[in-house]
Amino acid sequence: MYAFEYVRPSTLSEAERALAAQPGAKLLAGGQSLIPALKLRLNRVPLLIDLSAITGLNRIERRGNLLAIGAMTTHAEVAASSVVKAAIPGLVHLAGNIGDPQVRNAGTIGGSLANNDPAADYPAAALALAAMLKTNRQEIAADNHFSGLFAGFAEDEILTEILFPIPRRFAYSKFPNPASRFALVGCAVAQAATGVRVVATGAGANGVFRVPELETALSASFSPDGLKRIVIDSSNLTSDIHGDAEYRAHLIGVMTKRAVDACLA
Amino acid sequence: MTAVSVTVNGKTVSAEIEPRTLLVQLLRDRLGLTGTHVGCDTSQCGACVVHVNGKAVKSCTMLALSCDGAKVTTIEGIGSPEMLHPMQRAFQDHHGLQCGFCTPGMIMSALDLVTRKGMKLDESTIRKELEGNLCRCTGYHNIVKAIGAGAQAMGAAELQAAE
Ligand SMILES: Cc1cc2nc3c(=O)[nH]c(=O)nc-3n(C[C@H](O)[C@H](O)[C@H](O)COP(=O)(O)OP(=O)(O)OC[C@H]3O[C@@H](n4cnc5c(N)ncnc54)[C@H](O)[C@@H]3O)c2cc1C
Ligand code: FES
Ligand code: FES
Repeated sequence: MYAFEYVRPSTLSEAERALAAQPGAKLLAGGQSLIPALKLRLNRVPLLIDLSAITGLNRIERRGNLLAIGAMTTHAEVAASSVVKAAIPGLVHLAGNIGDPQVRNAGTIGGSLANNDPAADYPAAALALAAMLKTNRQEIAADNHFSGLFAGFAEDEILTEILFPIPRRFAYSKFPNPASRFALVGCAVAQAATGVRVVATGAGANGVFRVPELETALSASFSPDGLKRIVIDSSNLTSDIHGDAEYRAHLIGVMTKRAVDACLA
Repeated sequence: MTAVSVTVNGKTVSAEIEPRTLLVQLLRDRLGLTGTHVGCDTSQCGACVVHVNGKAVKSCTMLALSCDGAKVTTIEGIGSPEMLHPMQRAFQDHHGLQCGFCTPGMIMSALDLVTRKGMKLDESTIRKELEGNLCRCTGYHNIVKAIGAGAQAMGAAELQAAE
């Protein structure tokens, strides 16, 4: 790692001030994406602002028809939460299958959404559930934040809370890359009063995206049967050593079917 | 240089470190606790697993300064050569190691697993929970057996202590 300065504020407003005062400063949450990037010297930062000493950023709460999860809530905390389990059980399953137990003990939902790795799990759930991302300055719809890689809130904003409208049904199914455990392809399916959403992760270089042909089919009939004949267009999908675009297109169909099965189980 | 103070294996220690110092570097290079290993240095292998405030983490992927004020437990803190921890003994009894490089991380992960899932662990749970720990020697089979037996032995020891 290149050398950097470090602060660990105990309030959000101190963190805001530190972030505003130093151009290029970066927030540190669980460090499970940022520290590996710094170690590879992919990243050079003048200042790290560690959010781990700020209290109140890892609350999980049900508020009416919303499930609110604080940005610093770890994957392990979401996976073990009875509140999440009662509201959106599919999120418990998603969080419990991110990386490995040690990564889940450190990594956070806020860090995952801010980082927006094109193969990450949480962004798929946030977009499928039409979540709202609350920062220190505004509330952004996941629809806007995930409309392209690194769109959405600004570099000097701090994500504080994620608000998930509680759907009728939700499930996430991923085909993990056996080495990295990241999604080779993962699909999130949500059925809510506002309609059905299908979101794929791991398949596009620009991150998560909705799959209209599958959404249309599931809106007509929410069952795995209607999905069989749908062929997903592979022309904009990722090809790499782990799988080509056609394979990923096929996996989108398979993972969506599995997620629908899980929704109906 | 920044001051850090951590309680390591029950003893509070302070040091002046560069902010980029990793927890594993503090433990090994400054405190001489070389039982915690660095295998991959890329967050994959789990040889560096320690407990921070009771939770297993990869100490190669955590800044030492993030642990200021925290309680850290390393492999040196759970038993001694004369008085092995039941989980350590189980690794010995079940031949759960060959070169031993992965073993400290395996044991710290196993203890975290027992904390979360209890002392009766079936094979598939153990295998799934070991996703963050790699072993180049054993083929895992005896590690899985050792963890199951170690967890059980911890249960028995607890029962005995209660009587
Ligand atoms: C071995 C391994 C396996 C993994 N497997 C998976 C997997 O299967 N699926 C998956 O989805 N992920 C996986 N990950 C990534 C993991 O989920 C990370 O925890 C996550 O991507 C980042 O969260 P973090 O809290 O660690 O953030 P950090 O690494 O601390 O930060 C990541 C980025 O987000 C920014 N940031 C953090 N918090 C905030 C905030 N509150 N507001 C604004 N910006 C913020 C930081 O500045 C940084 O740019 C894996 C990681 C490892 C090391
Ligand atoms: S050395 Fe930390 S995970 Fe391999
Ligand atoms: S015993 Fe050699 S790496 Fe596990």
